[in-house]
Amino acid sequence: MLQDRAVDRVFHALADATRRDILRRVLVDPASVSTIAGRYEMSFAAVQKHVAVLEQAHLVVKERRGRQQIVHGDVEAVRRATRLLTAMEEQWRARVGRMSVVLAELDTGHGPEVAGVSGPHPPVPLPGADRPTGGTS
Amino acid sequence: MTVLSATPDTDALTLVVTADLAAPPARAWRLWADPRNLERWWGPPTWPATFDTYDLRVGGAAGYHMTGPDGSRAYGHWTFLGIDQPTRLEIEDSFADEHGVPGAGMPVTRMVVTLEPGGAGTLMTISSHFASAQALEQVVEMGMAEGMAQAVAQIDALLAEG
Repeated sequence: MLQDRAVDRVFHALADATRRDILRRVLVDPASVSTIAGRYEMSFAAVQKHVAVLEQAHLVVKERRGRQQIVHGDVEAVRRATRLLTAMEEQWRARVGRMSVVLAELDTGHGPEVAGVSGPHPPVPLPGADRPTGGTS
Repeated sequence: MTVLSATPDTDALTLVVTADLAAPPARAWRLWADPRNLERWWGPPTWPATFDTYDLRVGGAAGYHMTGPDGSRAYGHWTFLGIDQPTRLEIEDSFADEHGVPGAGMPVTRMVVTLEPGGAGTLMTISSHFASAQALEQVVEMGMAEGMAQAVAQIDALLAEG
C-alpha cells in the first residue's frame, strides 16, 4: 500500500495539466529541463518547479548525463497511481455482472419483490440471516 | 449487460461508469431499492454484503457489513442524499466501525446513480466521487480485500448458469 502522503503527492502532481503534459512527454522521450522548458510559454524556473513536484511524487527521476540532468518518467509510479482507479473500475465491472444475474431472475419472477410505490418508507430492521431467497419479502 | 465505459479522472477524483442493463429503469431500480437484491451484487463473492438496516428515504440510512473468507467483517454505512424513483439515487457510502457507525478518518464516497431508458433497456451511470486521494486508496484497499481475478471468475460462472 502506498503511504497516504505519497498518494497525496502523486494526485497533487497529476492535478496540473502542465505537469501531466511534461510527464507524458518524458515517459516517451527523456529530456533535460532546459529542453522541456523550451516547449512551454513559461519561465525556466516555473518549468523547473513543475519537474520538482513530479520528482517529489516519484513520477519522474533525474539522471546526470555529462553536464545535463535528464528527466525520465517513472513508469512504475504512474502505474501505481492508475492502479487505484483501475481497481475501482474492475469492482464496478464485477458488480454490473452480478446485477445482470439478479435482473435476469427478476425478469422470470423468481427474485424478491419490492413495493412499486414511491414515497417514504418506514425504517425496516432486517434479519441478518435466514432470509427468504425467493417470493415476496 | 455491458459496461459501456469507465472513465477515471485523477484530477477530480471521480470514476464514472456507464452500463447497459437489459431491463427497463423501473426494474433496474429494484437492484438498488431492495436490500435483498442489493446484497446479491454489492459485495464481491468472497466478501458478500448483508444489509442489516435499510431506510430508503431522503436522509435515511442503511447499514451493511461484508463478511470475509475468514469470517472477519467490514462495516459500511449509507446515507440517502437524494431519491427520485426510478431514475436517480444519490448515496453517501462510508466505512464504519464494528457498531456500524461511520467514524472520523473513515473513507467516504458519494455515488450518483442514474437510470435512463436506452440501450438494451436501461442506461445506468454511476459517478463515484472520492473526498481525497486517501479516501480513494482506502476504498480500494478495503473493497479489494480479495483478488479481483477470483471474483471475476465466479461472476463468469454465474453468468454461464443464467
